[in-house]
Amino acid sequence: MKQAAFEKRHQASWQRFARQLTALERGKLSGKDCQSFASDYRLICQQQALAEARGYSNQLIERLQQLTLRGHQQFYRHRSHLGARLIAFLLGGFPQLVRSQWRFVLAAALCFYGGLLLMGLLVYLVPELVYSVMDPAQVQSMESMYDPDASRLGRFAERGSSEDWAMFGYYIMNNIGIAFQTFASGLLFGLGSLFFLMFNGLLIGAVAGHLSQIGYGETFWSFVVGHGAFELNAIVLAGAAGLQLGWALLAPGRHTRSEALRLAAQLAIRLLCGAALFLLIAAFVEAYWSSMTYTGAAVKYAVGAGLWLLVLAYLGFAGRGAHAPD
Amino acid sequence: MSLIAPPASANRTGAPQTLLDTSLRVETPEGIDLLLRPAGLVPRALAFSIDLAIRGAILLMLYIALGLLGELGAGLGAILLFLVTWWYMVLFEVLNQGRSPGKMLLGLRVIHDDGTPVGWAASLTRNLLRFVDMLPFGYTLGILSCLNNPAFKRLGDMAAGTLVVYRDLPAVTCELPQEAAEPSPIALSRDEQRAIIAFAERQSSLSSARREELANILAGPLGIPAEQAVTRLNGIARGLLT
Repeated sequence: MKQAAFEKRHQASWQRFARQLTALERGKLSGKDCQSFASDYRLICQQQALAEARGYSNQLIERLQQLTLRGHQQFYRHRSHLGARLIAFLLGGFPQLVRSQWRFVLAAALCFYGGLLLMGLLVYLVPELVYSVMDPAQVQSMESMYDPDASRLGRFAERGSSEDWAMFGYYIMNNIGIAFQTFASGLLFGLGSLFFLMFNGLLIGAVAGHLSQIGYGETFWSFVVGHGAFELNAIVLAGAAGLQLGWALLAPGRHTRSEALRLAAQLAIRLLCGAALFLLIAAFVEAYWSSMTYTGAAVKYAVGAGLWLLVLAYLGFAGRGAHAPD
Repeated sequence: MSLIAPPASANRTGAPQTLLDTSLRVETPEGIDLLLRPAGLVPRALAFSIDLAIRGAILLMLYIALGLLGELGAGLGAILLFLVTWWYMVLFEVLNQGRSPGKMLLGLRVIHDDGTPVGWAASLTRNLLRFVDMLPFGYTLGILSCLNNPAFKRLGDMAAGTLVVYRDLPAVTCELPQEAAEPSPIALSRDEQRAIIAFAERQSSLSSARREELANILAGPLGIPAEQAVTRLNGIARGLLT
């Protein structure tokens, strides 16, 4: 068949398909209007192959290529039911993922908690060491935050209770930002994640050691124990996700480095999303529970211990059942 | 801008098709090839600058509007700042067919390596890893990676398995010159047919001297007089099409 006859015969169906595509791209078409889309799309694919095989002109082939490309974009998607997947992820997928990546989680935890404990002990024993990681102004502001005489605790302590909102926003911004940085810098062969894990561990350790040493221990520990369960572990998980990226580059195994990185990133991004959820919970707890002073320290410690057990039990045991959600 | 089809001889021998330009081919389940045209460094940098300016404007407006709200405003502001810095690109890319406003203006879009529209996981990965592409200053790692990759991928794109491609342009149709159709003096292979048709179609974009120069190359093999070459080739092209 000559090209002109071919074009004349199919012109109308191409135009109809193009109109349908435009409507789909604007999201204006409902299911009923698309019933013939699959067969139309396949027909155009066949016509494009035919046009190429018969040596028709570039103009025509280009036009058909555009139609098939746009059709392909509408037809094939990496998409499924977001809500159902999210629930399955929370009920079982996330703890399963954490357990399956236990090597990275362990390495990140050792790095972070190791630095924290070491620095805490050192500062407790040798108080001047706190100035090796913080400048005097920062130390001063930390001390004023956890002064036992204050009525409200934590950052923003000097303001009244109406600013729980402000605190909530600030915590989300600050903590999730740190988690994202810890993750992303893992792409530098894991070094960035190690640095941020170490750095944050040392910083928190220094603060904890210093405040305990000057006698503000009770206000500090009762404040942080509740949300720390979520916040500290979230940083560890974000670091583990970053280390996973770095490891894929260092030891790609049987894949090329870029392929190994792509595969590792698919898992790591899910780990990071779980960590971000933890941080969201942590921000709630920190803004609305940890900052209250009318409950005694004993209650705070009890709730804090409960939360730590809850987090560890969730990561350790959720999703282990025979009928674990998939 | 024209997509020159690969030589058909490559098909016959089964050798991998190599193109002269940077286009990528992705085979679909229907057995046809999608042609993707990855966008280079300059349009991507321009698109990013536009997005940066838009984000700056949004933040400035927020700062002024929320300043009036006081303490509640400070909390909301922090959340919105977080959304704008980390989620601006992700939300636009996933919900707007792979296009942030900057990319839309430059005619670009983000897709998966297999040609499907970008999803949440991939978009989040490529935009979070932007942080590393910016290191040590001014996108140095991203630029080096982009210039070093055949598909112009930055590090975030490699990890997420995504591509930034040009959006398909509306097809321009140009009419063939009005010459009487005539048969070719010799039998033509498929590639030769396509070359002659392409010559006739592209004519309006060529100067007359260049047109004659190109046509004269074919005058000898086809056995037609050099001074009539352009007219005769147009006639043969019309004969092939109608």
